[in-house]
Amino acid sequence: MSTMTSTEIQDGLADIINEETGIDQADVELDKSFTEDLDIDSLSMMTIVVNAEEKFGVKIPDDQVKNLKTVRDAVDYIASAQA
Amino acid sequence: MTAAPPAHAAPGPARRPRLRTLRGPEFTRLLGVGDHRPARIIDNAELCRHIDSSDEWIRERSGIVQRRQAAPEESVVDMGAAASRAALDYAGLSGADIDAVICATITHPWQTPAAAPVIADRLGTPHAAAYDLAAACAGYCYAIACADDLIRSGRAEHVLVVGVEKLSDYRDLRDRGTAFIFGDGAGAAVVGPSDTPGISATTWGSDGSGAELISQSQSWAQAQRRYASHSIGFPGDPVVADARPADPDAAWPFIDMAGPSVFRWAVATVSGICSQALDAAGITAADLDVFIPHQANARIIDAMAKKMKLPAHVVVADDIADMANTSAASVPLATAELLRSGRARPGDLALQIGFGAGLAWAAQVVVLP
Repeated sequence: MSTMTSTEIQDGLADIINEETGIDQADVELDKSFTEDLDIDSLSMMTIVVNAEEKFGVKIPDDQVKNLKTVRDAVDYIASAQA
Repeated sequence: MTAAPPAHAAPGPARRPRLRTLRGPEFTRLLGVGDHRPARIIDNAELCRHIDSSDEWIRERSGIVQRRQAAPEESVVDMGAAASRAALDYAGLSGADIDAVICATITHPWQTPAAAPVIADRLGTPHAAAYDLAAACAGYCYAIACADDLIRSGRAEHVLVVGVEKLSDYRDLRDRGTAFIFGDGAGAAVVGPSDTPGISATTWGSDGSGAELISQSQSWAQAQRRYASHSIGFPGDPVVADARPADPDAAWPFIDMAGPSVFRWAVATVSGICSQALDAAGITAADLDVFIPHQANARIIDAMAKKMKLPAHVVVADDIADMANTSAASVPLATAELLRSGRARPGDLALQIGFGAGLAWAAQVVVLP
C-alpha cells in the first residue's frame, strides 16, 4: 500500500469511526480523545483498530492500542507504520 | 530414517489377513436438539450487589440482561443429562439408540472420570462409547464435527453431543471485567444418518499462541502447592516453592479473560472463519436462514455479522441476553431457543460457529431439525 498523507489518514479514520459509532466525520479532529471526547469504548476501539489495519495496511499490536489516546496519536502511528 | 523391521516380524503383506474396517452412510444431520436452563435467574442488578458495575454498563458492553445459575448441588452431569433427554425426545429416540456420547465441557470438576460416561449411564445407554472434549467455547461445534465423522465412518449410528458448563464455579467476583460474562446451562443434539447432506464439511483449527487470552488463573497443581497445608508428596519431599498470591481469594483457579483482546481476535479473525465455513459448505451468506454464533458477547456477534455482510433476512441468535456466555453450551442452547420460539424452523440452514479459549474454533452449516 502506498503511503498516505496525514490528512488522508485522518479522513480514512473518520470514515471508519463514523461507520462503527455514527460519530460525524467532521467531529473526528486531531486533538480529540477517543474515550473522553468521542466517547468510544474499548470494544468499539478494537473494531476501529481492526478496520484501520485493513484499510491502511499496517499492524497495530494490542499493547500499542492503549497508547493511542487521541486521533493525532492514531494518525501519527499509522503514518509511521506505513513509512 | 526408517527402522529395519525386527527379525521376528511376520512375513510379507501377501500372507497377512486383511483387517476389516467400517464404512458408514454418506450424509448425516441433526435429528433433535434440547436444552436445560437452570431455574435461578441472576439479573444484572443482583450481580451488581457483588461487583462494582451497573446494569446499563453490562448491557451496553455485552448485551447480557441476566444469567442462569445452577444450584450448588446441580452438577454438570445433571444439567447435561437433562438437556440430553430433551434432545432425545425431540428426535423421537431413546438412550438405547445412542452409540456414542461426546460431552463438550471445561467445567466438569472431576479430572476423572469424564462426564460423558456418567451422562450416558443416566440416559440408559449402557455401552455407548463416551468421552469429554475440551475445546471450551468451540467444544460443541468440535463435537458436532466428530459426530458427523463417527457416523460417516460407520463407527456409530446415532451420536449424542452435549455442551454443558457450570461457569459460576469459576467466576471471579473480584474481576469486574469478567464476572458478568459467564452463565450456567446445557444444550444437546442427536446426530444420525441422513439421505441428504445435513451437516457440511467443518472448518476448524486452533492457535495456541493466544493461549493466555482466556485461561485458568492457575493450574490445579499450582493451587495445591500454594494453598495446601502440607505437601502431598512422599514424607520429607521438599515443598515446591510456588509463590502464593497475597490475596486469599485468589486461591481458586478462576477463568481469566483479556476481554478487549479476545474481542479483537473475534472481529478480525473469526468473521473470516465464518466466510471460510460458508465456502466449505458450498453456499453463500444469502443462502442462510439463521446464524448461530457462540454467544460470547452481543457486540462481538454484531461486529461479526457486519463484517460478514450478513443479509438482513438472516435470523441472528441472541440468547446471550437470557443466558450470558455459557461457553460450550451456548450454541445448542441458542439453537433450541430459536426453534422453540418459532424464529427458526425445521429445515432452515444455519451457520454455527464456536470460538474461544485455546484459542480454538470450529464452524459448520447445519440443517435444523
